[in-house]
Amino acid sequence: MLEGNQYLEMFIDESTEHLQAVNDNLLKLENDPSDTIIVDEIFRSAHTLKGMAATMGFDDLASLTHQMENVLDGIRNDRITAGSDLMDVVFQSVDDLEAMVTDIASGGEGKRDVQEIVARLEAIEKGEQPAAQAEKPHEARSSDAGSAMELDDFELTVLRQSSEQGFRAFAVRVELSKDVILKAARVYMVFEVFEQLGEVIKAEPSVEELEDENFELDFQVILITKESAEDIEGKVNKVSEVHAVEVEAMEAVSSQRPEPADSGTEIPEKEERNSAMPEETSAPPVPDSPAAAEKLPEQKEEKTAPASKTIRVNIDRLDSLMNLFEELVIDRGRLEQISKEMENSELTETVEHMSRISGDLQSIILNMRMVPVEQVFNRFPRMVRGLAKELNKKVNLDIIGAETELDRTVIDEIGDPLVHLLRNSIDHGLEMPEERRAAGKEEKGNITLRAYHSGNHVFIEVSDDGAGINRDKVLKKAISSGVVTEENGASLTDKQVYELLFSSGLSTADEISDISGRGVGLDVVKNKIESLGGNAAVDSTPGQGTRFSIQLPLTLSIISVMLVEVQEEIYAVPLSSIIETAIIKKEDIMAAHNQKVIDFRGSVVPLIDMTDFFDVPRVKEEDEYYSIVIVRKGEKMAALVVNSFIGQQEIVLKSLGDYLQQVFAVSGATILGNGQVALIIDCNALIK
Amino acid sequence: MSENPNEDKKVIVFQLKDEEYGVEVEQVRSIERVQHITRVPSTPVFVEGVINLRGVVTPIIDLRQRFSIDKADHTETTRVIIVSVGHMDVGLIVDAANDVIDIPGNSIEPPPEVVGGVEADYIRGVAKLDKRLLILLNLEKVLNPKEIEEVQHMEKQV
Repeated sequence: MLEGNQYLEMFIDESTEHLQAVNDNLLKLENDPSDTIIVDEIFRSAHTLKGMAATMGFDDLASLTHQMENVLDGIRNDRITAGSDLMDVVFQSVDDLEAMVTDIASGGEGKRDVQEIVARLEAIEKGEQPAAQAEKPHEARSSDAGSAMELDDFELTVLRQSSEQGFRAFAVRVELSKDVILKAARVYMVFEVFEQLGEVIKAEPSVEELEDENFELDFQVILITKESAEDIEGKVNKVSEVHAVEVEAMEAVSSQRPEPADSGTEIPEKEERNSAMPEETSAPPVPDSPAAAEKLPEQKEEKTAPASKTIRVNIDRLDSLMNLFEELVIDRGRLEQISKEMENSELTETVEHMSRISGDLQSIILNMRMVPVEQVFNRFPRMVRGLAKELNKKVNLDIIGAETELDRTVIDEIGDPLVHLLRNSIDHGLEMPEERRAAGKEEKGNITLRAYHSGNHVFIEVSDDGAGINRDKVLKKAISSGVVTEENGASLTDKQVYELLFSSGLSTADEISDISGRGVGLDVVKNKIESLGGNAAVDSTPGQGTRFSIQLPLTLSIISVMLVEVQEEIYAVPLSSIIETAIIKKEDIMAAHNQKVIDFRGSVVPLIDMTDFFDVPRVKEEDEYYSIVIVRKGEKMAALVVNSFIGQQEIVLKSLGDYLQQVFAVSGATILGNGQVALIIDCNALIK
Repeated sequence: MSENPNEDKKVIVFQLKDEEYGVEVEQVRSIERVQHITRVPSTPVFVEGVINLRGVVTPIIDLRQRFSIDKADHTETTRVIIVSVGHMDVGLIVDAANDVIDIPGNSIEPPPEVVGGVEADYIRGVAKLDKRLLILLNLEKVLNPKEIEEVQHMEKQV
């Protein structure tokens, strides 16, 4: 009757976030082991994670987090020093935690054998400092939490602090009558009463179990309130089908073991809880319905999340919103055309207004789908750390521009190519520490991952300060694997040679390694990026390093194009590749070795007559003047000869269908205002 | 799609030049009149182009040219049969789409042997009905994308 899934999703999202935070902070901690503020942050994330896991009933997850927490506590209290070995174990446990969360996310139960890693954590905790023994009994106790009314540190802190503020704590046992029908609904009503009286800090069985009717007839809570025991009893008794209520004051709280270190970190959470309270108490009484009962755990979840005005939306919904909007864009184009033909001023005005609004709508929808590349980048520091260890290299990873935003669909795809590039840079790019020293560099190699916007594109660069690409080695390899012939090879520029790395069957590492070897990789990267409508390039300076850069479109679905007419056919040229349009005289065209060229602002640009190129039936007479569109691919340019320019338009990118998968120089199609299909010219294929 | 020889098949009958062909009704999504076709450059000669089929860009092939029958102008009766094979939706231009008929499984005979011909492999069989002769097509073969590549390859060599 309750949608557990709803909370599960939230749990997964939030645990992933917390794990990421733990990961990030652990990396920081490794660089600065003495910074206790970072430890506090990790501790907080781990603590929240533990709490969530325990409430959701993922015991393995909770127990491992718990043990990790103990170690962190040790670090915080200077009982344990955060050495590299220790960090390895902690990182490994985070990996385990991630694996469990992934398992849960994919429908599993999050079970995993954590005994070994827990034992190792315990060993660290004990081995370093015998004093930790003293804490042992307490830990054993609270890790069992869930079977008895035991309180963990957090709850104790809350109790302690509320008593300082004049609240009193009561243990309340409620027993429902035997013939109760909707147990969960009654529980909800009882909790509603509790929330009005004060705050429930612990329930036994857990709230989730109660809602699942996973209990006999009685349950126990700890309630913090300013009301008296009698009032509590009276009010709870008013809920129908409650058989008995026992209220017992908990006076022993303040005398419990004080733990000074805790209070520092727990206060913020405590305050969050309090600030959440008025909201809950002021909530209007909700009718006794199963649906209403859902509200309770939702509020519980909110307490752990920082106050923020965002909502989570399923990506499928965004996708269908986008699809619907695409249809709208096509109709908008059609309406614009119709209104132009009809020349009715009222219609024109309305259509213009609608176009403006849908333009705004478009930018909002596209924006909604934009995600910072951080989502992809944030897993790299860990990966780089691991790789560096494995290869015995010293690597420092700088991430710049993680806030750069990209369309979600693109984000989902670029992870693997970037992993390839990073691995490649660490494995092949950076030299071993000794070599670096011999070359007069710092032992620690630098890898920079940089993302930035430029025009309608996002650029992502992976650069290293390693030895650079060895031209001769690449060329030799390319010749031996038949990618180029010896004669051709000699005439290639350095850059052209570097680009050979993207051809399949080429890997320059002398030995095959697990990391990036066997010659698969860079060609895969290039293919992937090109399939996303992007571009991959490489540049290198011997002795100073190599830079791979990939260029990606901001979005994949709606693009701005220039519509042009070639004879009587209409083609679309993406604005992102257009430098400018021009009209030139016939005399301006020069011939250079069978190739027509023009002089465009001082550079010689080859001319491509689209009529010939696309075999368009010639129906128009040749003119004295040529309309040309200057397009570019990277540094190179070409001038496309067309018959006329129609204008600029936003279009929805459509594929040509599975039957026509690869059409040379056509990247897709779109539907025009008149309902006809126009092809989109792939300028990258036009320029070699 | 069932290969059980004794089962009846419902097929859509269409005409190309003087002969009648049939495709199983399950593979046909719709029959359209000819509308504006956008030519797609650098494709095999039988790929007529693409059309906007209710918002979906759909490739169209000219079945006459696919089967090496001489090209004819589109007339009033010319139709586009939209077929769906695997993930692909493709339109076939035919001279006319006549009717839908049931053919008994036992009237289907294997395709006539052609010496060394490529033609044979896209014909599933021949059905004899009274005085009509119906050629049943194997659409997977007709629309084999590999064939496009081969044709392109051959054209390049020429």
